[in-house]
Order: sequence, then C-alpha cells, then structure tokens
Amino acid sequence: MAKPGKSVIFILALLLIAAVISNTAIGSTSISPDVTAKILVTEIFESILEMTGKIFPSVTANMQANGYYPVDKTWTDSQEVIISDIRLPRVLLAALVGAALSTAGCAMQGLLKNPMADPYIIGMSSGAALGASLAFVMLLPVQFLSFIGAVITIFVVYNISKIGGKVPVDTLLLSGIAVGSLLAAFTSLIIFISHSPHQIIFWLMGGLWTASWDKVKITSVMIIFGILVLYRFAWSLNVMLLGEEQAQYLGINIEQVKRYVLVLSALVTAAAVSVSGIIGFVGLIIPHIMRIIVGPDHRILFPASTLMGAVFLVLCDTFSRTIIDSVELPVGIVTAMFGAPFFIYLLRKRRQSLYA
Amino acid sequence: MLEIRDLSAGYGHRHVLEQISIKASEGEVVGVIGPNGSGKTTLLKTITKVLEPISGTVLIDGTNIDEMQSTQIAKKVAVVSQVISINFEFTVEDIVLMGRTPYIKGSETVEDINIVRDAMEKTNTIFLKDRLITQLSGGELQRVIIARAFAQNPKILLLDEPTSHLDITNQIDILNLVKHASRKGMVVVAVMHDLNLAAYYCDKICLLRDGKLISVGTPDQVLTPSNIERAFNIAVEVIPNEITNSLYVIPVLEPLHETLH
Repeated sequence: MAKPGKSVIFILALLLIAAVISNTAIGSTSISPDVTAKILVTEIFESILEMTGKIFPSVTANMQANGYYPVDKTWTDSQEVIISDIRLPRVLLAALVGAALSTAGCAMQGLLKNPMADPYIIGMSSGAALGASLAFVMLLPVQFLSFIGAVITIFVVYNISKIGGKVPVDTLLLSGIAVGSLLAAFTSLIIFISHSPHQIIFWLMGGLWTASWDKVKITSVMIIFGILVLYRFAWSLNVMLLGEEQAQYLGINIEQVKRYVLVLSALVTAAAVSVSGIIGFVGLIIPHIMRIIVGPDHRILFPASTLMGAVFLVLCDTFSRTIIDSVELPVGIVTAMFGAPFFIYLLRKRRQSLYA
Repeated sequence: MLEIRDLSAGYGHRHVLEQISIKASEGEVVGVIGPNGSGKTTLLKTITKVLEPISGTVLIDGTNIDEMQSTQIAKKVAVVSQVISINFEFTVEDIVLMGRTPYIKGSETVEDINIVRDAMEKTNTIFLKDRLITQLSGGELQRVIIARAFAQNPKILLLDEPTSHLDITNQIDILNLVKHASRKGMVVVAVMHDLNLAAYYCDKICLLRDGKLISVGTPDQVLTPSNIERAFNIAVEVIPNEITNSLYVIPVLEPLHETLH
C-alpha cells in the first residue's frame, strides 16, 4: 500500500522538535536558539545522568567527578533558570495540551462521523468549566475540580444515551449538548453571583500561564498514555466510517470501540482542560486540516493530528505571551484568530465538501 | 453449510421473522424473495449475529453462532449490502483491506496483502487499486464491496439486494461473479427483488411474506402464479423462457388506457 503519510509524520515530528527549541528561545529576555539548544541538551543529559545514577551510582559519580559535559557552559545561571524552569515547562505543556485536544477531536470526529465534533462536543468543557468555577469561588484546587467535572460529565452523558446496552451516536450528541447547556447555565450563574468573576472568565478563555513542571508531569502521563491507546483504535474507526452495520459485519464490536474511544478522549481532554482552561478551535480545526493533507486513514491521521496540534498550540502560545509587552493574551483568543482564517482559506481552496 | 432452525427475530416486541427454517449448502445459490418489509434484511442481520434472535438457532458448519465471537463469525460469513456511496477518501485497496479486519492483529501482513490482491483480481477491480473510493461508478463500487467480502475468505456469502441500483450490464456482471464463487464452493444466500434474475441464478428460492416462509424449493416449485400472488398481491403469468432455460415472470397488467378510465 502506498503510504505517503509516513513522510508527513516524519516532517511533523521534526517540526515539533524545532518548534519546541525555537519557542523556548523566544521571550522577553532574549536568549539565542543555539544557547537554548545547548541548555536543553545539558538538561536532558543531566536528567539521564541522574536516572543512570539510580541504577549505576559509580558511573555517574565518576562522570560528575571528571566534570564530563557534552557542551561547554557559556550561559548564565539566570538564563538557565529562564529556559529550564520557566519557558521549557510552558512550551512542553502547550505541546501536550495541543496534542491532546487535536487527537481527541480527531477521535470524536471519526467516532461521531460529524464534522462539527470536537473534544468538547459532548459537554466535557462545560463540566470542566463548572468544576473550575466552583473551585474558584470555594477556593479549592482548580486543576483537580475541573478534571473531575469533565470526567463526571462524560460518565453522565454516556449513561443517559445508553439504550439497551447500545449508545446511538445521535443520542450521545444530543444528550451531550443538553447536559452541556445545563452545566453552562450553572457556570453562568456562578459567574453572575461571584465577587471576582474575572478569574473564572479568564480561565474559560484558556491559557497556559500557570504552567509548571508539576503540571507537565501529571498531564504528560495521562495524555501520552491516552493518545497511544487511542492509536490502537485507528483501524476500527476507519472501518466504522463505512457505517456501523458494515463494521459489525466485519467483526468489529462497535459498542466496545465507542466506549473505549469515548473514555480515552475524555481522559486526555480532561487532563488538557484541567491545566489550560477551555482552549477552543485546536481540537476542531487541526484534525480537519490534517484530513485534507493526509486523508481519512486514522493510522496516519491520528499521529499527524497529534503532532500538528502540538506544533500549532506551541506557536500560538508563544505569540500570546510575546505580542504585547508584559501582558499575556489568553491563548484561546490567538488559536481562533490564526486558525479560523487559515481554515477558511483551505475550505475555499478545496472547493468541495470537506467531509461526508 | 448454513442451517437456520425455527428462527424468530424482531425489534423489541415486534416479531419480524417467525419460525423460519432454511438450509443452504456449498455450491448452492439460495435466493430470498418477498415484498418490502417481509423480513429479508432482518434474516441476514440475524445470521451474522448483528441482531440477537428471539428464539431458534443459526448453525454455521454445525456450530451455533451463539458460541461464536463476532470476529469468528466475520471469518466465516461476509455480507455484501447495497452500497450507494462512500464519502471518505480511502483508496480502493484500503477498502478491500478492511475485509481482513477479523484477521488483522496490529497491522496487515504480506499474506493479508496477497489475499486482498487476489480478491481484487477475481472481481476485476485490481486496476482500480489506487483510485479513491469516492470516484468510482456504482458498478465499480459494488464490485469493490464484493472484493472486500472475498478478502474475508468466507464460507458463506450473504447478499442484500446487491444489484437493485445497478444497470442491467452491471447486474449480470455482479451476479455472474457470485454464481462463480458459489460454484467454487461458497454458500451464497442472496436477497433479491428481481424475480427473473432470481429464477435464472438461484438453485433454491425462499419466498417470505410478513416474516413467514410461505414456500421453499427450486425456482420451478416456488415461482408459481399462486405463490407470487399470495406474497406480492399481484397477478402474474409465469412462462418458460426458452432462451435462458429458466422461468419468466410477467405481471398481468391491464392496458394502461383502460386503468386510467
């Protein structure tokens, strides 16, 4: 089988590495990309050394004693702190969130066979928003409550839609929208009666300004695990695009696929939303753009969407934190401002239906 | 060998099929005919366990499908439905490869690819291999769907009105393919609307009405004017067709100008 898609994946992977390095270099304190790269290499080297030290203490001790480093240190300590403790976790978090939203959006579009689907379509964002709003007014941990809000919502929506052991896709969509509206009403109510609604409103716009290594660690486990397991359903989703009945005739347990894909999409989306708020557009548009480029085969479309989502959000986040001096735009504003016109351009250029 | 014993099936409390018993053997083309809503498609869904029966059993080579997983059934039974269009831009080869779904663990092997190529050779679709499925004509698309079914390496081929939307050349083309597969040892069960094509291609015909089997046998035995009138509520004449050596069913219609008065 011809697989032109593989080269696209390779190019996107290189693009992501380049984006991570160059965007770590960009910021209010200017640090050149080569110094940034050297600091990153040293950081990676040191963490590998540290890990080896846990298994072979003598090797590490020996290397540290000899002062063995792959590159000479030509930078200041403050540069190192800016790069490795402030910018790198932020860029990595942007990449993780972008990857999560884009992959989950791709999965939902495939599963629901609906071009309007995105990771939030069945009410997860409303659940997360309500959780976060409650957390803000009750001074509870926002990340935890928004995660729980999203997970509970998908659980409720799934069970409302279940009829005799089956979950019809249309019912799932409609009950998701209904539950989402209900929860959004509660969120609006909280904003209305709250003394300091700004916090909640900013959170709803989506942003990565609270990035930290802790957040990167917690979310990376869930997001990478969720994405990799979602990839295993690529072929089943391909077959299900031909229709559920056809897929059943080919031996696919469609209800099981739906359950797994929903749970995994919910997991990665909830993990992403809990650290970034509601960043719109990435999960809707990136999978569409990649579908135009690599076609509908989820075996290629999934990794392509993951990588492109990561690159896109890294770029948008850098823009949002650097465009205005000492002010950070919510990245959700930037994703839509850049993404929408580009997408409209692609739609016009293609001049045919994008999707079934 | 496909054996259906006392099968009743339906949706909720509505029985669509009642006490159906049919046997189909290797090398036999069994036609299922009957008016719209008589339960033909429900029968195919029950045979593939997409729909659970209310009572009765379906045996595939002597094994009750209750004891079979859906992937095991998909290795034995392939279904060709009427596919009018596929809106996703898969290549033809990808679509045929989907027939290997019950066999593929992880990614496809060289053997899978060889079986796919072979299925495409048999259905004369190999030249379409790299074309997009969205760009095919109705006849080409239906041949690709049959190639996909062949790629499942099935013992039993079920067809659900596979030719109703095709022109006469493509209808004959598809039915010849199916007949050939049956002669090579496949069990073929085909839901059909065209009584004349059924008379020509089928070795055995099952006539359904309101979910009940009202007649089973050779085309000569089943396609009688009285049976057809019972099933379809229409008067017909059945005459031997000397060119094809089969039967020819003609509805007895009054001349049009008289009905209009």
